Amino acid sequence: MGIESALGDGYFTTKIDSLTNWARSNAAWPMPMGLACCAIEMMAFAGPKYDAARFGSEVMRFSPRQSDVMIVAGWVNYKMSHAIRRIWDQMPDPKWCIAMGACASTGGMHRCYGVVQGCDNFLPVDAYVSGCPPRPDALLHALMKIQDKIRTEHSVMLDT
Amino acid sequence: MNLELSENLRNVVDQLSEQFSDALIDIYKSTGDTFIRVEPDHIVDICKELKEEYHFIYLADILGTDRFTSDERFEVIYNLVSLRDRERLFLKVWLEEENPTVDSVTEVWESANWHERQVYDMFGVTFNNHPDMRRIYMPEDFDYYPLRKEFPLLGIPGSIELPSSTPDTE
Repeated sequence: MGIESALGDGYFTTKIDSLTNWARSNAAWPMPMGLACCAIEMMAFAGPKYDAARFGSEVMRFSPRQSDVMIVAGWVNYKMSHAIRRIWDQMPDPKWCIAMGACASTGGMHRCYGVVQGCDNFLPVDAYVSGCPPRPDALLHALMKIQDKIRTEHSVMLDT
Repeated sequence: MNLELSENLRNVVDQLSEQFSDALIDIYKSTGDTFIRVEPDHIVDICKELKEEYHFIYLADILGTDRFTSDERFEVIYNLVSLRDRERLFLKVWLEEENPTVDSVTEVWESANWHERQVYDMFGVTFNNHPDMRRIYMPEDFDYYPLRKEFPLLGIPGSIELPSSTPDTE
């Protein structure tokens, strides 16, 4: 169809969006923001049993400059929120955020003055994981949701 | 007094009540532990005595409580342990609601430093002669004391700043 018939064998055509989204979705490098018990489950998510490497996400980057997905794992208190926001701001665009567990999503059982009642108060969250703490496969599910989201994104501006 | 105390604690209490007859207000047992309420003015002397003469060398904790009464509202509790004699003794002082202040025991036990800062942070009790009377958990510019009974569980909206959601431009 179309241009492919003119190019002959060995070529195929696609949209640049599909290409970049395919590349981005299969190399979502996490920024582990481990703050409490959820962080242990997050380690298991990257470990051999659950193996986030299957999704291209095994490369936990401890530098924000090299990561795409921030996993906020644990309860966020007001003092810590400033550090988290700074790290988020240092991550290059495009970037995504997972609020892992009840505490990061809503404050969880820490219904008190010192804990931010959900990290979406200061971060744009893409996926929420329920559970306290959620199992590593729940976090994998959130990662897959983000991959779905990346695949349907329009990353390149259309000419008008 | 008709308290069932161990021989060692009985001795401590007797000696103390002799030596500080004006300062001891109440002695009682509760949930198996011995409590002595003393006058706030004498707390350092009594602590010094307990440490030096009766081997209470370990200050396990200092706690605050808000009794929420109209007078002598705040309470500071000192949790002393004698590792040698395997005894535990609680000292208490009651403080006024207006300007609750008590002398610091950091000169007796250095570990009192952080414990007293916690009580200061959470209840607003100030400790005289404390070397470093700053907040320890809450931000420096926080205006309230979170463990006071009138403080709402979820805090006061806007009293602690959240980070700005527009990125740093630096």
